[in-house]
Parts: sequence; C-alpha cells; structure tokens
Amino acid sequence: MIRVQREPFDVGAELAHLCAGDTAAGGVCAFLGRVRDFAHGAALEAMTLEHYPGMTERQLQALEAEAQCRWPLAATLIIHRFGRLLPGEAIVLVVTAAAHRDAAFDACRFLIDCLKTTAPFWKAEETAAGRRWVDACTADDAAALSWQDGAQGDRPKEQGS
Amino acid sequence: MLTILYFASVKEKAGCSGEAVPLPAAVTDVMGLVAWLRQRGGGPAAALADLAAVRVAVDQEHARFDHPLTGDEEVAFFPPVTGGAP
Repeated sequence: MIRVQREPFDVGAELAHLCAGDTAAGGVCAFLGRVRDFAHGAALEAMTLEHYPGMTERQLQALEAEAQCRWPLAATLIIHRFGRLLPGEAIVLVVTAAAHRDAAFDACRFLIDCLKTTAPFWKAEETAAGRRWVDACTADDAAALSWQDGAQGDRPKEQGS
Repeated sequence: MLTILYFASVKEKAGCSGEAVPLPAAVTDVMGLVAWLRQRGGGPAAALADLAAVRVAVDQEHARFDHPLTGDEEVAFFPPVTGGAP
C-alpha cells in the first residue's frame, strides 16, 4: 500500500493496521525518516517537499511491486508526505512485514534507498540565510545502484528467526 | 497536444508550471523539444539552457533525452529527485 499525503501520520496506528489479521508475519521492519534540524551547518527552520502528483504514486507502486517480487513479504506500506514540514516532523514511513526478519530488513532498506532516487520529490530548505533547493546526493545514487547488481538481498532461502 | 510540466527549481527558473502545445514541426524526441523551447526563448529556455542538472520523464516514467515523442505525451522536466529521508 502506498500513500502520498500532506497530513501527519501515526506510526503506531499504521503498524497496527498493517499487521491486523496477519499472524504469520513474525517480522515487521519500519523505517521512519524525519526532518533534521540542521542543514549545511545552519539551523533549519522548515523544509518544503514538492512532488509530481501521479508520477509519484506510479513510481512508489512500481517499487513496492519490485520489493514484493524480490522478497517473500506479507505486507508493505510506504507513506510519503509533501508540503511544509518542521524539524522533527515525519517525512516518510516504510514498513515491511514478512515471516522472517531478513526479508523484512532487506526489503525495507531496498525501498527507502530506491525511493530516494526514483520517486519525484524535491526538498527546499529554509534557514536564516533563506531558502534553497537541496542538491541530489551521489551517495544516494550509489546506495540505490547497489541494489541492481544482486549484491544485496535476494536471499533464496531464509534462516528461521 | 503535448503536455509540458516543470517542477521544483526548474519550475522556478521557467516561471511557470507548464503548458500544452501541439507537437512542433520537426520535433521527434525530447531533445528536439528542448531545442524548440530554447529557440522560443523566455523562462523555459533559461530553465533548459543547461541540462546537467535536469532530468526528464515521459508519461510519468523516467526517460532519456532521446526518448521519442509523437505528440500526445506528458513531458516533465525537473532537477534530480531528493525525496526520502536522511
């Protein structure tokens, strides 16, 4: 399931809802991304996320489908917010549920790494110096690329947890 | 009609969020459209003057500048994406 929204979300409620009725998924991994209070040595006042409605949902759905193809997942959830956010506010939540923890951890990492380089979101930071668009990070590209060579994940058989 | 969209810093440089235009004569791919927009001038020409930090999507899928256009696509220009979290 994917959601792109302006409103805040409740992590506990989202986890409970995702796992409700599924007692086979013993491993649930959640990654929460939040707005940091610093940017390039300056105090961050706010961050505004712009996105490309339509393409964002399409790209997130494609990523989710890929994760479900690569790992034996019982459920997945991606929530990404847009609009003006303050330090400490949640930006993104990725949750993966599986019978064993390996698939949950690996798929969660895959989703957040690849989301950063494919989902059409752009951040603008506000500091005392003004507003500036955040540049893409080459380390993020490298993290996303590392999932393409099969070096990570794709465990054919999981260990019991 | 071609739908042209701009996002984030590219939108600010272009001075508009997009427009709908009939496929200009001689334009067969994204690069041809870029050349046409540059020639026309104005904000979009300035936004697309340097493509080093511009990415393109055709019909909401990431694409290359040699992606063919036939006239009814949605073409979006934007900077490299920066979503997700730290």
